Amino acid sequence: MNEISISEDTIKNIVEKYHGEKTALISILQDVQKEYSFLPKDALSLLSEEMEIPFSRVYEVSTFYNSFSLVPRGRHVIEVCAGTACHVKGGPKLRSRLEAELSIECGETTEDRMFTLEEVRCLGCCSLAPVVKVDSDIYAYLEEDKIPGILENYREERRQSGEN
Amino acid sequence: MARINNLQDLNKRREQGIASLFPSKIKVMVGEATCGLATGAGLVHNALAEEIEKQKLDIILSKTGCIGMCYREPLVDVMEPNRPRLTYSRLTPKNVPAFLNQILEGNHKSKKPYCRIDEDILIINGETKRYLNGDLPDDLAAIPLMSDIDFYEKQFKIATRNCGYIDPDNIDEYIARGGYFTLHKALSTMQTEEIIKAGLRGRGGGGFPTGYKWQSCREAHGEVKYVICNGDEGDPGAYMDRSVMEGDPHSVIEGMIIGAYAIGAHEGYIYVRDEYPFAVNALSLAISQARECGLLGENILDSGFSFDIQIGKGAGAFVCGESTALMASLEGRAGEPRAKYVHTVEHGLKDRPTNLNNVETWANVPVIVGRGSEWFSEIGIENNAGTKVFSLVGNIRNVGLIEVPMGITLQEIIYNIGGGIPKGKQFKAVQTGGPSGGCIPKEMLDLPVSFDELSKAGSMMGSGGMIVMDETSCMVDVARYFLEFLEGESCGKCVPCREGVRRMRQILDDICAGRGREGDVELLESMSEAIKDGSLCALGGSAPNPVLSTIKSFRDEYNAHIQDKKCPAGVCTELIHSD
Amino acid sequence: MINLVIDNKEIQAEEGSTILKAAQSNGIEIPTLCYHDEITASGSCRLCSVEIKKGERTRIVASCIYQVEEDLVVNTQSDRVMNVRRLVLQLLMARCPESEVIRELAEKLGVEPQKRFQLDEDKGKCILCRQCVEVCEQVVGVSAIGFLNRGADKSVGTPFMEPSGVCIGCGACAYVCPTGHIKMEESENGKERVIWGKTFEMVACKVCGRYFAPQEQLEYIGKKTGVPLDKLYTCVNCR
Repeated sequence: MNEISISEDTIKNIVEKYHGEKTALISILQDVQKEYSFLPKDALSLLSEEMEIPFSRVYEVSTFYNSFSLVPRGRHVIEVCAGTACHVKGGPKLRSRLEAELSIECGETTEDRMFTLEEVRCLGCCSLAPVVKVDSDIYAYLEEDKIPGILENYREERRQSGEN
Repeated sequence: MARINNLQDLNKRREQGIASLFPSKIKVMVGEATCGLATGAGLVHNALAEEIEKQKLDIILSKTGCIGMCYREPLVDVMEPNRPRLTYSRLTPKNVPAFLNQILEGNHKSKKPYCRIDEDILIINGETKRYLNGDLPDDLAAIPLMSDIDFYEKQFKIATRNCGYIDPDNIDEYIARGGYFTLHKALSTMQTEEIIKAGLRGRGGGGFPTGYKWQSCREAHGEVKYVICNGDEGDPGAYMDRSVMEGDPHSVIEGMIIGAYAIGAHEGYIYVRDEYPFAVNALSLAISQARECGLLGENILDSGFSFDIQIGKGAGAFVCGESTALMASLEGRAGEPRAKYVHTVEHGLKDRPTNLNNVETWANVPVIVGRGSEWFSEIGIENNAGTKVFSLVGNIRNVGLIEVPMGITLQEIIYNIGGGIPKGKQFKAVQTGGPSGGCIPKEMLDLPVSFDELSKAGSMMGSGGMIVMDETSCMVDVARYFLEFLEGESCGKCVPCREGVRRMRQILDDICAGRGREGDVELLESMSEAIKDGSLCALGGSAPNPVLSTIKSFRDEYNAHIQDKKCPAGVCTELIHSD
Repeated sequence: MINLVIDNKEIQAEEGSTILKAAQSNGIEIPTLCYHDEITASGSCRLCSVEIKKGERTRIVASCIYQVEEDLVVNTQSDRVMNVRRLVLQLLMARCPESEVIRELAEKLGVEPQKRFQLDEDKGKCILCRQCVEVCEQVVGVSAIGFLNRGADKSVGTPFMEPSGVCIGCGACAYVCPTGHIKMEESENGKERVIWGKTFEMVACKVCGRYFAPQEQLEYIGKKTGVPLDKLYTCVNCR
């Protein structure tokens, strides 16, 4: 699970960037997650030492906020907006279709580690409901049947860039 | 960027800004707030840039924030010296070459303008600047004025005054439209009484009188004080604050400097939710520009007053929109609220006196100071001065961001501004106040919009999300939806919210699945009272509102679900299948 | 001294004291669950809710954290208060159906279970009163345990539910736990103690030979107080 190797220097640099301020814990965790795509246990343990914050508190903050993940996430994070406007304009159908196409439930990652599906409220694009966001791409007024094609595009991109 | 030390320096920048806003050559401006980008405005921008480069055209290409007409995006504006500013809607990259040609040729062969603006009235100082000089050209006679179209006719823009008019990355344009002149006035003459007189009430949902809050913070014991901008806009369906942060970040900054000066604070924070990366970028850039110009930092405008702002980011927790949870988050802790028997103006961030206001509230401040509190208090209605920004979304024709004077009726908003319900459907309810609010039925559409009226109707103003629902919405499902949302966002500290909200949701699940029982509604009502009374913070305290409001106005739907095992709106799938 | 009224009784209380303290000092009982004298009140269980009246305004507040005010009128038994109290206990009974403590308290206060609430099966006896976490942080000072997640998924434990590197096995958390949810087990011969998944070697008293405290706990106390370790190897009874 945690096959990632944590570089002590990387963590120390991130902490340095915020002058080791305890109040900057959330920003620091965000930077760590940007680096590793999730929050590895060893990184959190190191942070606790470096910042002199009890490990239990670092863990509390890491699990309290939605945007943090303690498990590796997929290459592409799909966020289905479940905001009110999206809800009344077909959002739930998009969510079901995505779950079906990816064979996972919201909150999970596909076996090939390609996609993580998450529900989010809300993206603030209410005039474009229903909305789905993949990484930083926003799909507005999304129709259910467009979903397979969109997923295929990302898969195709990966194939072409040689990764898998 | 040169430092701005005095009025003279400000005026110099103003001149530069005016030259940018009213250039001597053709300027094309693309609406690139999050919504615009999501509908392809970025691609349109790129196509324009490519074509302009290819043809070596002498055209300025710029961008702007959300002007509110989201239902017509992507929006592209064209400005030519002495001609009205023209707005084109729903432009695509494919249209671009022909579009540029028509501009150069001076016709509307490929795309007709949607509307025009002849003159720009600056709300912050009453000045008028004209786009059109001379007579209206014949070819534009049939193009309506933006201020005349249904969507805009009843609007009055204060907080969103610059959105869609300036490039948010260009501080000179902000200054050209009156920005930072009021700061200058404030640093020499400001009293907190000015804001109190204006009767400004917080726009974040609390509706608390802002001026009194500032006064209390000013009078609180302590050398170190803080001002905070709450940019954690978490109500699903609301994006007013996002638009202001993206489209006019300097309005928030200027408001905060003025407020900090009045209160005696030297440090400020803008807390932005994690889901708004463009807002974070816009604010970061604006802050660094303000610092370069000396409008943030030491000795601002030679006044001796020093103040600076940091951005704090949320990490995905709706509860962090609650002031004490937000402060806990800024302190690097889990966002658990605390009881507010001791007010945050006395013991807030790091236990120090802290004044927290919403984005829209801060954006109003420069105008109130600029025009005076008497001018402001004449807008709106008694006890509810000024305007309110709403995100008008859902089953409505003209979806977008609007700013209207308090006192306008829901009827006017939905049918005049909003253009009514599309696809031949009927209005059923309008949801206001987000998860803390309620649903207003058609019988109450002549309700004037204000803090007090909406509360009396069993809803609340909230942050401004206004979700219109037609007959395809099931009101029991809507209640369940909000409970589910709050269940997931509850911090988990207190029993009534952590346990009570999910039990209510479970009962609603039952009702929506045909497992509702006689007595469920009464149980929900009794639980609601206890949860309202017993919860530690307003998340739990207002969680029952959508339930109580839908029970009050849509009791027949609950009865249908429970007694007849039917969902009249055809939404609750388990019920439909059991038919 | 502050003058206030609680349940029609005129009370005098020290400035800065809470309604709960003022009531208790005057023989007025207000039920509590998450309150503990040694730790900062969190006001999280809401069982101690009371109705207060200040001028025209009435509201429900947690008496364990609301400070007394001049001329405050407090009602500890109003309909609204009883409604909150009843719901809190019903919710806790549904959350922790195995907890005898909660059941007995509910019975004592005349609260029947709410049959409409589905019983949880995964919460054990933990009512999230927060006392264990607060004691570990405020009194002991190691913060070995903390909260994880939020909302109904909120629970208490060590990071990643793995044995904690800083837990000293003192058992303070188990001691304060009102429902007995926290398990601290000792081997038959007393040589070992297991708590939060960590096994501790117990130290035998130099004098009476009884196994009385984990090595880690004594080392921690030694470090904190400066008392030499060998002095600490004598149990409390024998000192």
